[in-house]
Amino acid sequence: MQPEIVIIDYGMGNLRSVLKKVERLHKSVQVSADLKVIENAQKLILPGVGHFANGVKKLKESGIWEVLNQKVLEVQTPILGICLGMQLMAKCSEEGNAEGLGWLEAEVVRFKVNDTRTYKVPHMGWNTVEIQKESPLFAGVSQEAMYYFVHSYYMKCHNAKDALGSTDYALYFTSAIQKNNIYGTQFHPEKSHEWGDRLIQNFIALPA
Amino acid sequence: MLTKRIIPCLDVKDGRTVKGVNFVNLRDAGDAVELAAVYAEQGADELVFLDITATVEGRGTLLELVRRVAHTINIPFTVGGGISSKVDVSALLNAGADKVSINSAAVRNPDLINELALEFGSQCIVVAIDTKSVHSSQFTVLSESPTDSFLTPHSSLLTSNFVHTHGGRKPTELRTLEWAKEVEERGAGEILLTSMDTDGTKNGFALELTSTISRNANIPVIASGGAGTMEHFYEVFTTGYADAGLAASIFHFKEIEIPALKQYLHERGIPMRMSR
Repeated sequence: MQPEIVIIDYGMGNLRSVLKKVERLHKSVQVSADLKVIENAQKLILPGVGHFANGVKKLKESGIWEVLNQKVLEVQTPILGICLGMQLMAKCSEEGNAEGLGWLEAEVVRFKVNDTRTYKVPHMGWNTVEIQKESPLFAGVSQEAMYYFVHSYYMKCHNAKDALGSTDYALYFTSAIQKNNIYGTQFHPEKSHEWGDRLIQNFIALPA
Repeated sequence: MLTKRIIPCLDVKDGRTVKGVNFVNLRDAGDAVELAAVYAEQGADELVFLDITATVEGRGTLLELVRRVAHTINIPFTVGGGISSKVDVSALLNAGADKVSINSAAVRNPDLINELALEFGSQCIVVAIDTKSVHSSQFTVLSESPTDSFLTPHSSLLTSNFVHTHGGRKPTELRTLEWAKEVEERGAGEILLTSMDTDGTKNGFALELTSTISRNANIPVIASGGAGTMEHFYEVFTTGYADAGLAASIFHFKEIEIPALKQYLHERGIPMRMSR
């Protein structure tokens, strides 16, 4: 049976925790690499951890790249990118000098910090998100909410209106984005306890 | 602002937690999954599961336990113990672990760190370093080479601290700070630093050692070994410069409860993730 929500499996990291989390909140969800299943989804989640250029390569080799472009840009299916999944939506990344999906006027760069005693890289642990504009993704979420981050690269968003929230770590970086039907979080909502659950619930509740 | 992390460690054998004083005389402190869920609810920032007998007995880690934990909790967790190959790591991550911790295998074959970081990403590779100070007679033999310049501020401490493997039983010739820097260069995402001198004593973390490693590392350092009071956590986050503090039995036996500990640290100005 065709699931409503499809978590895209392109071989970048463990998708089990994302699946478990969504499963608890919504019945019709499946992890899939099947192009047909992805094509027929009403909502998509693009998770992933690891190397940017590797992610691009795997999306292209699997044929998911074209399907994603068509689904997201033409059909306007809501999509949530998590961590590397969000970064892949940018134009390019320093990590492997690769070009991304380019849905956002943004580039992905590495943290360059001088004060390495205070600011270790990766940025690892719990941090807040300062919400910059209203979005259904953060509906009912407090400014004090904390989310789990683990990343060495961050997104530099050139179009301020695409940035949903920013996080303070040596500098303010874009930690959540929204552009039309395209959503993304640098942090891991599936690992962020009750506030993360809220976010996933908000995404599930979006009109398809 | 990034918060300091409080991490309960569940030393496990056959799906149950065990914790001994100085890694011997194991005691049973309950069901691992049940305990994990309680800690997540109480505000633990992460969990670490160490299959402490794995290296010694050459056993694989407990995939079934990892699956149950991943199913139950919604905070990140690390699994360690007897991990020595890409295959081991892949199985654990697929079972739902967020990170893996490697120790003896990294000492035996440092290239493993590079391989794992490349394959799975640095963010999920924790290198556990068990360190112990070596008695001066033994130490003079091992430290004949001229001291590196960066060691000078705490040279006696650092040149006498050596990496140990096999649950702290087997000394190596690796100096702790040098090894810490090497694992970072090879692509480790985090260091779990356990002082075998303070572990199980409840007299406090090894502050000077933790501080030196943490201030010289550009990756996060989890301090472990010796926590007995709330103040010990305060010390390790301030004078110890640790990014996270890990403890086991004091949590398992409810000598310190996590909500009270986080409240205590929060009131003293340590950035903490507080429950709503």
